[in-house]
Amino acid sequence: MTKSVFDTRDSIRAGELTATAAAEDALRQVEQVNPQLDAATEILREEALAQAAELDRRLESGEDPGPLAGVPFTVKSNICTLYGRTSAASRIIENHVSPYEATAVRRLREAGAVCVAKTNLDEFGMGSSTENSSIQITKNPWKTTHVPGGSSGGAAALCSATRGMLHLGSDTGGSIRQPAAYCGVTGLKPTYGRVSRYGLLAFASSLDQIGPLQHSALECALVLEAMAGVDEMDCTSRDVEVKDYVESASRDISGMRLGIAPELFPDGVGSEVRERVEQAIEVLRGLGAEVKEVSLPNARYANPAYVLVSAAEASSNLARYDGVHFGHRTKEAEDLVALYKSSRAEGFGPEVKRRIMIGAFVLSSGYYDAFYLKALKVRKLIRKDFETALGEVDAVVCPTSPITAFPIGERMDDPMKLYAVDVLTVPANLASLPALSLPCGLSGAGLPIGMQLYGRAMEDDVVLRIANAFQSETEHHLQAPAVNAWGGGGEA
Amino acid sequence: MCAEKKFDPLENSAYEAVVGLEVHVQLNTRTKMFCRCENRFGAEPNTNVCPVCLGWPGALPYANRQAIEQSLRAVLACGCEVGEFSKFDRKNYYYPDLPKGYQISQYDQPLGLGGQVDFLLDGEKAGVQLTRIHLEEDAGKNTHVAGRPVSFVDLNRAGTPLLEIVTEPDISSAAEAGAFLRNLRLIMLYLGVSDCNMEEGSLRCDVNISIRPKGAQHLETRAEIKNLNSFNFIEKALHYEIARQIDLKERGEEVVQETRLYDPERDETRSMRGKEAEHDYRYFPEPDLTPVTFTREQLEEIRSGLPELPVDRLQRYTSELGLEDYPANLLVRDPEAAIFFDACIELYPKVRSVANWILNALKEEANSRKAGISSLGLEPGRFVDLVKAVDSGVVSSQKGREVLKPMLESDKPVVEIISELGLEQISDDSALREQVEKVLSEHPRPVEDVRAGKKNSVNFLVGQVMKETRGKANPGKVAEMIGEILSA
Repeated sequence: MTKSVFDTRDSIRAGELTATAAAEDALRQVEQVNPQLDAATEILREEALAQAAELDRRLESGEDPGPLAGVPFTVKSNICTLYGRTSAASRIIENHVSPYEATAVRRLREAGAVCVAKTNLDEFGMGSSTENSSIQITKNPWKTTHVPGGSSGGAAALCSATRGMLHLGSDTGGSIRQPAAYCGVTGLKPTYGRVSRYGLLAFASSLDQIGPLQHSALECALVLEAMAGVDEMDCTSRDVEVKDYVESASRDISGMRLGIAPELFPDGVGSEVRERVEQAIEVLRGLGAEVKEVSLPNARYANPAYVLVSAAEASSNLARYDGVHFGHRTKEAEDLVALYKSSRAEGFGPEVKRRIMIGAFVLSSGYYDAFYLKALKVRKLIRKDFETALGEVDAVVCPTSPITAFPIGERMDDPMKLYAVDVLTVPANLASLPALSLPCGLSGAGLPIGMQLYGRAMEDDVVLRIANAFQSETEHHLQAPAVNAWGGGGEA
Repeated sequence: MCAEKKFDPLENSAYEAVVGLEVHVQLNTRTKMFCRCENRFGAEPNTNVCPVCLGWPGALPYANRQAIEQSLRAVLACGCEVGEFSKFDRKNYYYPDLPKGYQISQYDQPLGLGGQVDFLLDGEKAGVQLTRIHLEEDAGKNTHVAGRPVSFVDLNRAGTPLLEIVTEPDISSAAEAGAFLRNLRLIMLYLGVSDCNMEEGSLRCDVNISIRPKGAQHLETRAEIKNLNSFNFIEKALHYEIARQIDLKERGEEVVQETRLYDPERDETRSMRGKEAEHDYRYFPEPDLTPVTFTREQLEEIRSGLPELPVDRLQRYTSELGLEDYPANLLVRDPEAAIFFDACIELYPKVRSVANWILNALKEEANSRKAGISSLGLEPGRFVDLVKAVDSGVVSSQKGREVLKPMLESDKPVVEIISELGLEQISDDSALREQVEKVLSEHPRPVEDVRAGKKNSVNFLVGQVMKETRGKANPGKVAEMIGEILSA
């Protein structure tokens, strides 16, 4: 069974497939690959089948339950759903069930989609390997000794190994795009403000964005269309027209201008990665795109600026998990301060603690100007760089990650080594721009390589369009990983 | 050790007090500051809440435009400078009444900077400089039960909009602090942005206080008294604290920088927490909210819609309208009465009668219903009809008060009510003369007394006539008539 989300959707609408059968198939796929991948943190069999049965009743009675009627989807466990735990893969709220659902989830559900599973992540989205999960370590379906990337590693691995579902991830510094690259799928971080953040457990509010991980740019366009748009519950969501993204992504790209910035091909980029991305650029040139060099002089400061800004916001966003209102409460404490200290010390994992400490430090009086404020200034410069570059070209092309998926455990002892993986993805979050990762080939070791496209703010359709043009011409996105739900490796 | 509180501890003292206030005014918006929960006092604990004000993971704040507009009214009325850009910041600290672990407040770009509030102190014009006015969310309320190892948290108040007004250390006595605060409260009432109900905590005050040798320019170590919620307590706490600090200095001891609590039962301040390092709140811009911006035009529109301030109103009542100080003050202190008064005198410019009728009959009626004048729902035009009826002698002032209640219960014209109740004054001279002569013939002794020059007896006879006519006679006219008849 190798079908796209469009096939699932169309079969149900045509009455050839029931929502229940679609849900059963999705559940079967997840249940089949999960023992090897540990990608889903929870499989919502009962709830999904109940919803599907309800949809079938409505479909039978001639009702239209929405454009995504019966299409199964999964949700990263830091996004609130009414069913299943929203644990953020953290011990501190391991059994947290949200009393309300995220706007993005609600919009998919109201379009008729059915949530079948919650997926794994690095605790609160902090990490690039999904090793920082309090629940389980997710494995890469291409090579289960390797990480799937992170923090949306569960969604990326599950997407890679299954077909016909929608997957919601979140991206604060590359958490959709980098695991998408490592697992050979297509991931979009929409423009900041394109999708409501209401119901996304905040890591860094000014950087976080919910987005899809799919098998193609067109599937991403379909998900974006369903969940984008202004939300009165999130005042950073923007009131900009929601396009017909599937239609606009389907147009050709002749005459489109692509920029290559040397700063986004730094020395750390592996030679295989560089080669594949350069080959992909040639394909785009062949499709009628003009390619020219642009400059992003401040991009090399993006990573340190990102570490400071995201940690600062995280230190405050995670303050609510104090054992009084939310989260694990220590068994015994002498007084209030001891209660706070022990609850948090027991509940948070080491990476989260590290970021909270960095964040609290850079916001402290006496250090604020030298660190946090400086980082904000760098952020402004990076924004300006992109504004200038994207004034000359329609999109900037670069690798998604300097390297391919690495072995589990390899980078856990050295946070700086782990942070370095984000160097090419964090600029999009700092500059609030849409960015998309798509597969552009395999390494010699058989691991996927991702190419990244940066677009102008609110021009998510442009990066989707370029990616779709590429995918119409190539078959990298159709390659199947070693672990998959349809049996056998090789081409799907 | 405390000086007699009846006396001003600063009188004949070598010291002067330096006082600064932080006033918290709860805005009376329809909904809370960052969510759609109702903004009201007194619900069952933790029932008026939602994911946003409970700080549930994933929930986001959404700024209440009405609260920002109300704050701007206050800011402009206090003469603050308003930037065209303002933003919210997070103030980070842990406390059980603060579910998010931070309070959304304003740090370096508040809605208003500077400003001055003018008021009268012992009849003299005085003013206090403001440092700033900013908007923030209130925290919940902790309740500690004596003798039990538990505390309760009620988050109904969490997220309600709070205006913080900070003064310069510009106040030098308890009386000045009291006068400033009473006037500030009036300003907020006239603006209609808060009910300033001190019992319910919608106006609270922190007081910073230090003393220094008279005439000195430097500031000495201060103590802070937190959460005072009555003018009386504020003045008493200040008196006590000034006396305590003078006493310390006199004995060669130092004032410690600390937070103190005022205990009204023992009329003293007590150390709440000991000397502490300045807390580092790690303020930073609130990333979940977009900055607050407004155009000059929007500000001008708000400015032009501001009501007259209390000092100006008092000035107008006394100088322009010629009201006595006493009724003018009574009116200004009751914004509903003053606003009603202004509407009435537009229609009927006899300011004294109107003021008199509002301050007596109408306020009495409102008080008996434990309500404000506006809640009576009386149209100024109908009220003025009543005052006119009295002034022109259609109804006596005594009977006029009886007309008020039925006026509030129906929409009938005032004259109709008067005639239905049969309360018209007897204006027909011959009919009145008949009554007067009847009374005179029935009371020969008092008549004799009047003839003998006893003025009191005239009043007695007038009273008898009023009784006979069931109050419908004009007492002035009756007295006149008695005089005429008896001197004839």
